[in-house]
Amino acid sequence: MEIGPIFRALMRNRLGVILIAAQIAFTLTVIVNAVYIIVDRSERMARPSGTDETNLFFINSIGYGENYNEAVITAEDLNMIRQLPGVVSATVINAIPVSGSGSSSPMSTVAGRLEGIVPTALYTADEQALATLGVELVSGRDFTATDVSYRNDQIARGDNEIIISMALAEALFPGEGSQAVGRTIYDVNQNASVIIGLVAKLQAPWPEAPFLENSMLVPEVYDDNSSMYLIRTEPERRDQLMVAVEERLASSGHPRILRNNRSLEETKAESYRLDSVMSTILVSVIGTLMFITAMGIVGLAVFSINRRRKQIGTRRALGATRFDILRYFLLENLMISSVGVTTGAVLAIAFNLFLVQNFDMPRIDWYYAPVGMLVLLVLGQLAVIGPASSASRISPALATRSV
Amino acid sequence: MFLYYIRLSLLSYKRNPILSSLMVLAIAIGVGAYMVIFTLNYYMGGDPIPHKSSQLYHVQFDYGDPAIADFEPPPQLTYIDATALLRATAGHPRTASSKFVSVMEPPGDELRPFYVNGRGNSSDFFAMFDVPFQYGAGWDRRADDTQQQVIVLSDELNERLFGGADSVGQNVVLDGLNFTVSGVLGAWSPAPKFYDVNNNSFEPIEEAYIPWSLVVGQEMQRAGNTNCWKAFEGNSFQAFLNAECAWIQFWVELNTADEQAQYLDFINNYAAEQKQLGRMPMQIEKRLYDVNEWLAYNEVQPDETRILTALATMLLAVCLLNTVGLLLSKFLGKSSEIGVRMALGANRGSLFIQHVIEAGVIGAIGGILGLGVAALGLEGIKVLLDDLIVTDWMQLNLTVAFITVALAIVSTIVAGIYPIWRACNVNPASHLKTQ
Repeated sequence: MEIGPIFRALMRNRLGVILIAAQIAFTLTVIVNAVYIIVDRSERMARPSGTDETNLFFINSIGYGENYNEAVITAEDLNMIRQLPGVVSATVINAIPVSGSGSSSPMSTVAGRLEGIVPTALYTADEQALATLGVELVSGRDFTATDVSYRNDQIARGDNEIIISMALAEALFPGEGSQAVGRTIYDVNQNASVIIGLVAKLQAPWPEAPFLENSMLVPEVYDDNSSMYLIRTEPERRDQLMVAVEERLASSGHPRILRNNRSLEETKAESYRLDSVMSTILVSVIGTLMFITAMGIVGLAVFSINRRRKQIGTRRALGATRFDILRYFLLENLMISSVGVTTGAVLAIAFNLFLVQNFDMPRIDWYYAPVGMLVLLVLGQLAVIGPASSASRISPALATRSV
Repeated sequence: MFLYYIRLSLLSYKRNPILSSLMVLAIAIGVGAYMVIFTLNYYMGGDPIPHKSSQLYHVQFDYGDPAIADFEPPPQLTYIDATALLRATAGHPRTASSKFVSVMEPPGDELRPFYVNGRGNSSDFFAMFDVPFQYGAGWDRRADDTQQQVIVLSDELNERLFGGADSVGQNVVLDGLNFTVSGVLGAWSPAPKFYDVNNNSFEPIEEAYIPWSLVVGQEMQRAGNTNCWKAFEGNSFQAFLNAECAWIQFWVELNTADEQAQYLDFINNYAAEQKQLGRMPMQIEKRLYDVNEWLAYNEVQPDETRILTALATMLLAVCLLNTVGLLLSKFLGKSSEIGVRMALGANRGSLFIQHVIEAGVIGAIGGILGLGVAALGLEGIKVLLDDLIVTDWMQLNLTVAFITVALAIVSTIVAGIYPIWRACNVNPASHLKTQ
């Protein structure tokens, strides 16, 4: 084989080797970690909220003036919305999953005990909450109209009956979450809440919250002149109904402001915007780097071939085939790249450790570095194929000229 | 001579256009990408109020309960502590502040009522944070104490309500109450919004400002983060005010080291007293933070820009390594030319300078192109971010443009030093032979 001669030739041009190898090493470091961040972010974004995301939208109505009677108007609005063709169901709710704003309350299995409390997202809605969100009831029962309490700032929240997410049940009663129905939990004000139902999944309003999967639903409508209507539509009817509902609410003649008419998909995309921006930036960084590195390999290969035109001609004259020449340069590149990707793999893992320590991200999976190494080796070979094949076309006659 | 060398450089560029253009491209991309991230960092991680950042202090107390697992003391104050500090620190400029939302009913019949994001703050707020006014001014401390219904409008809100005219003295109805406009802000978009790190530090400023005492006095709809760690005693608004709920930002301006030391003593004594009363069961190390410490403590700078800084640095490194390689090719390709010039009597020094200038010219072209890359990159990020954060500041200013070009030239010359040294060390004889 030619590895020996190639190695000796490379040792005479150490700087060229170092330059290419270092570029490849840095490129590998960046690419491996960038891909890993992209995968991490897209996994975050892909987490389901547990709701019927594609068919939901919401709109906020804020009444003003002395004579605004929210209880009456809310009932009237809901009645109107529920009768619109294409509406599956509608509810009045305090917060929207993964929208970024809502309210939370720590819950505990023992009244008045702070140890072992579990942070929990709090949703208050009327009896159509489950049907509208599209969450799946796995045990217990749904709310009924008689469960719903109506209160305002003069009336304290008392003992009540609630539906909680499976994840919250498991956090409160480790190992026996699925038997949580019928048990009682307490908020910090020591109100007792009896669990009447469990839903498979319902995310909190804050995507970055460590307790994202812990949520509870309370059958309650709070009168503060501001109502958020959450509406579930038949497939494909959402966008049209968003317009229709807003028009109907606006023309109802009550003194109010309508805000935030949004689909759940839109608000979710907004909540994860930073993640998708980051991914887009990283994709362009990866593309740019691979391009630059490939160009660098081409540039240096052309240079080293031009310097050795006569030697190549001589080899050809001495009987080397075109394929031998091509193979020589491919092999040479492979050897340089190997040094680069090996160094790069070490750097990539070191950089990953830095990310893990500083930004509490999970460790990289084992296969990232080897796959990255393979990709860059292939990139190197592809980059060098052009210059190498033009080298293989150098005429043997060159050897005889100008000696 | 300098101009002559520049002309030589351009000639040399033309003689080897592909290699030279590759270099220019590598430098433009490396420097451009780096400057995009530099600009993001410059603002998001920079000092938002440089001339005063070590005079403005936020107070942190030992909030929470050790029994609650993983409870971090919230970075705001309770009503009890905020009002106590307002009273006790009347000798310094100081402000309590919190957000609210409400309905604005415009004068006249042309505009429908709309929703505004507002801030309640003490009178000193405006002077402390160097808030610019285009018309009028804030209010005085007496207005704080008497809950006078005065309002300061943002530039945007004034545009919407009064078409941008001087509206000082006009009346507006907010939350069903009659307010008199006392001032209109000028263009102001602090990023990060350092005076309130609890609610998305890069969102736009509030549209309306009223005396903070009114937020409480009129029980306005509070907005922003509220963090409680103890059950309320009762159900009234007063019970909420008395509760262990942190929802108020509190800043004080302390101009000298003496004032700072005295104030720290005062805060520590206050905390000790409260501990004796059975409050503040946690123990924290530091109770007074200046602006930059506060931003760092609250991790305002997003992780993303820090990660991207590291990645952009490596991208720049790759581009420069690339440039070293390409310059090496280019200059060694000129060996015979250099050999001839040396044989004709050129000394090494002048050859060295000629090639440094040649590298510099390539760097300069790369830098100017890099400005374009940076501008394009920032525009792209702006489009991607849309209205997620305030992006007014996200542009190339003169400083950044200058740094970009300088960085490109300097780094190309640094990258060129070894290739130039190699090129100037050719043996003239070996290159004359083959001619």
